[in-house]
Amino acid sequence: MADLSVNICGLESPNPFWLASAPPTNTGEQIARAFDAGWGGAVWKTLGEPIENVYSRYSSVDINGQKMMGFSNIELITDRSLEDNLIEIEEVKRRYPDNVVVVSLMVESNPDAWDTIIKQVEQAGADAIELNFGCPHGMSERGMGSAVGQVPEYTCDITGWAKASATVPVFVKLTPNITDITVAARAAKDGGADAVSLINTINSITGVDLDSLVPRPVVGDKSSHGGYCGPAVKPIALNMVAAIAADPYTDGLPISGIGGIATWQDVAEFILLGATNIQVCTAVMHYGYRIVQDMHEGLSNYLDSKGMASVNELRGLSVNKVTDWQNLDINYVVKASIDQEKCVNCGLCYIACQDGAHQAIAAERTAEDKTMVKVIDDLCVGCNLCSLVCPVQGCITMQERELGQTHMTWNEYLSDDKPGELYPRPKHGLTIGRA
Amino acid sequence: MNEMMTLAVDSGGLAPLPTMTPDEALVEAHRCLMCWDAPCTRACPTSIDVPGFIKRIANSDLIGSARAILESNILGGSCARVCPTEVLCAGACVLHDLHERPIDIGRLQAFATDDVVFGDVDLFVPRESTGHSVAIVGAGPAGLSCGAELAMLGHDVVLYDANDEPGGLNTYGVANYKMDKPTALREVEFVKGLGVSIRPSTTIGRDVSVEQLFSDHEALFVGVGLGSVPPLGLEGEDLDGAEDALDFIAEVRAGGVDLSGQRITVIGGGNTAIDAVSQASRLGAEHVYLVYRRGRDEMKAYPHDIERALKSGVEFIHWSAPSSIEGEGSVSALVCQRTEYSAEGKLVAVPDSEFRIAATMVLRATGQEKLVGFLDTLEGVETDEGGRVVVDDGYRTGNPKIWAGGDCVNGGKEVVNAVAHGKAAAASIDESLRPGAAGR
Repeated sequence: MADLSVNICGLESPNPFWLASAPPTNTGEQIARAFDAGWGGAVWKTLGEPIENVYSRYSSVDINGQKMMGFSNIELITDRSLEDNLIEIEEVKRRYPDNVVVVSLMVESNPDAWDTIIKQVEQAGADAIELNFGCPHGMSERGMGSAVGQVPEYTCDITGWAKASATVPVFVKLTPNITDITVAARAAKDGGADAVSLINTINSITGVDLDSLVPRPVVGDKSSHGGYCGPAVKPIALNMVAAIAADPYTDGLPISGIGGIATWQDVAEFILLGATNIQVCTAVMHYGYRIVQDMHEGLSNYLDSKGMASVNELRGLSVNKVTDWQNLDINYVVKASIDQEKCVNCGLCYIACQDGAHQAIAAERTAEDKTMVKVIDDLCVGCNLCSLVCPVQGCITMQERELGQTHMTWNEYLSDDKPGELYPRPKHGLTIGRA
Repeated sequence: MNEMMTLAVDSGGLAPLPTMTPDEALVEAHRCLMCWDAPCTRACPTSIDVPGFIKRIANSDLIGSARAILESNILGGSCARVCPTEVLCAGACVLHDLHERPIDIGRLQAFATDDVVFGDVDLFVPRESTGHSVAIVGAGPAGLSCGAELAMLGHDVVLYDANDEPGGLNTYGVANYKMDKPTALREVEFVKGLGVSIRPSTTIGRDVSVEQLFSDHEALFVGVGLGSVPPLGLEGEDLDGAEDALDFIAEVRAGGVDLSGQRITVIGGGNTAIDAVSQASRLGAEHVYLVYRRGRDEMKAYPHDIERALKSGVEFIHWSAPSSIEGEGSVSALVCQRTEYSAEGKLVAVPDSEFRIAATMVLRATGQEKLVGFLDTLEGVETDEGGRVVVDDGYRTGNPKIWAGGDCVNGGKEVVNAVAHGKAAAASIDESLRPGAAGR
């Protein structure tokens, strides 16, 4: 059984699975139950000047009957007194000395306010603090959250204030509501951040109630843009994590990965792209703390199958496998192959290719009146679409063709001394209109 | 194809399966793969766009879903219940090959159409009258389908039916566990709402002459179905309790029938026989037998219906043919002989193989007779050697003013086949009344 313990900026965590700052970490009682369930750490729901929330706070996107593929909230930071939270932090640390308790903070932008609250949570026993520069709703209107995270200078300055006050590590939670995440990560590093956490939620409107015409979540006769998260945002988060991991400027800056994580596979992907540990919210809001057991066993089994003794061996292994398009091998050739034994004759690959891609699959009726599909090899550009729509596991595979091609990038292709010839690829000429 | 997987579990009770809840329908609709050139649609005699109507359920557009169904099959409400989906749409579902339960297309179809067919959602706006008038003889599925299509095109339509209540076999001849009689009659009301007039208890040739039909109308569609199951010529067939299985089903559908203590024997191996035994066993009969002269593989009834009958406790007696019925005043036993194939491949009685089945009712389900008598009164209408009306692709008979469809043309098939005939005939009739007007 592989060792799942991780060390992130000096914090020893029994495993990489942390709860993100959110409703599942609202109270000490909840966090105690989460630790009992197996979570290695938790980021306390953001403390600050207590607020009042609206009724109706969440909304979701269901896709083909799958609930909460995307999730949005307009809930603000904690609505509980700072005093109660501090007592509970102390009690949780007393009962769970081996688990990591990070406390998320958000206060107004002046050094004294930060200094005061940082001293208080350190006094209570927080192992680290996380600066919430991410929430895109509500608090941002008051000059906090993403209002800070969207301005690199503010991010740098306030991180600097926090570092000046704190004796424990400082995590900076980044907002994805920017154009280039590496700019925000660099600003955090410049401010002295010990680690970055990302992504916070994405600004969103999840939908509109088609009866009342009010967007969701409905608050009376109005709604407000909210923070979007859940499985739907994972690809965006992975890209941002990978970008920071690959940026030489932030080399070595630990990353706590967040964004749509629900399974051990998600965890492995974030770690492969450079995260040291991960944080989960939506999946717990959907299924409860118990999901960590599957993550634990699944990740451990996966590491065993890879012959890795520790999760740390996995970290960053995929970072250098992300590159710019210009560095891809344009002579790498794959073509779709359909296993007729497995095919159930649904015709979905045909219509997807016909209308949505490159017209490289033919369909005909068999004598038994079934839809028989065939790849027209000469027309197949290897785009993957057919294999993506096929409902049968392993029926359509993309097969690499070794045709003696030379590895060649776009830039090499444009250069005077090409390493070889461009392998021909199917292409439509003029399709309609006068020649 | 893989072994047929079962659809929704039959309760075994008297009532049809309950309507799906919105949650059930949504889950089921999302299971549909949305096949291209879908095999379910190809398997449907009325070519309903099955993935299309299911997608609309998934997208919460029940009106659109109902329209997709009813524009292809105006009797989509009853077909949702009585169609042998196991051998048609659901039988063709590609999920069989994924070793999954096929989509429950019948119940989804009922879910989508019930508010329109049985509720108060008006989907179809009557067209302006064309001034043309068409007579339809027989208000069963073929006639209702033809009439509904013509009425929606703006033609005046009158359905003449000999029975007290319209609907044909949907009203009188379907097993209750598939569709009860009130449901069948409510669908007839829906068709009437499309602008069709129905004259029940009206026999052509007795109450209204053929000449009168043609003086009142420009075209005639014949959807008279088949007749009764003729007596087998057995001794004792006049005893009380010996009757046509279709009459038995009609009595059951009228309600109030209690079969407790009865021992019922049904002769035959087709769908009517299966409906009769299934119905009888559900009404508390002490013992129900099905007597068939050949083996199970040669039965014309659908395998899923046979399974259902066996599960409800019906005992099948194969390789046996009735020789006489015994009793004093009423039936007390059916006498049978064993049968076998001779060396020449002919089915013959085994000598000295007589045996008795104690019975209080003997129902014959050995095939309905053709209504040749009525058809003979229609000039130019020809029948083939099997007594079936001969028609062209547009279901037009040898008489250019007469069309025909349903059981009287195909010799007895499903409701959905009759609906398809009626719809095609309506298109042909419309074309003959208003050449070139189709699609306007």
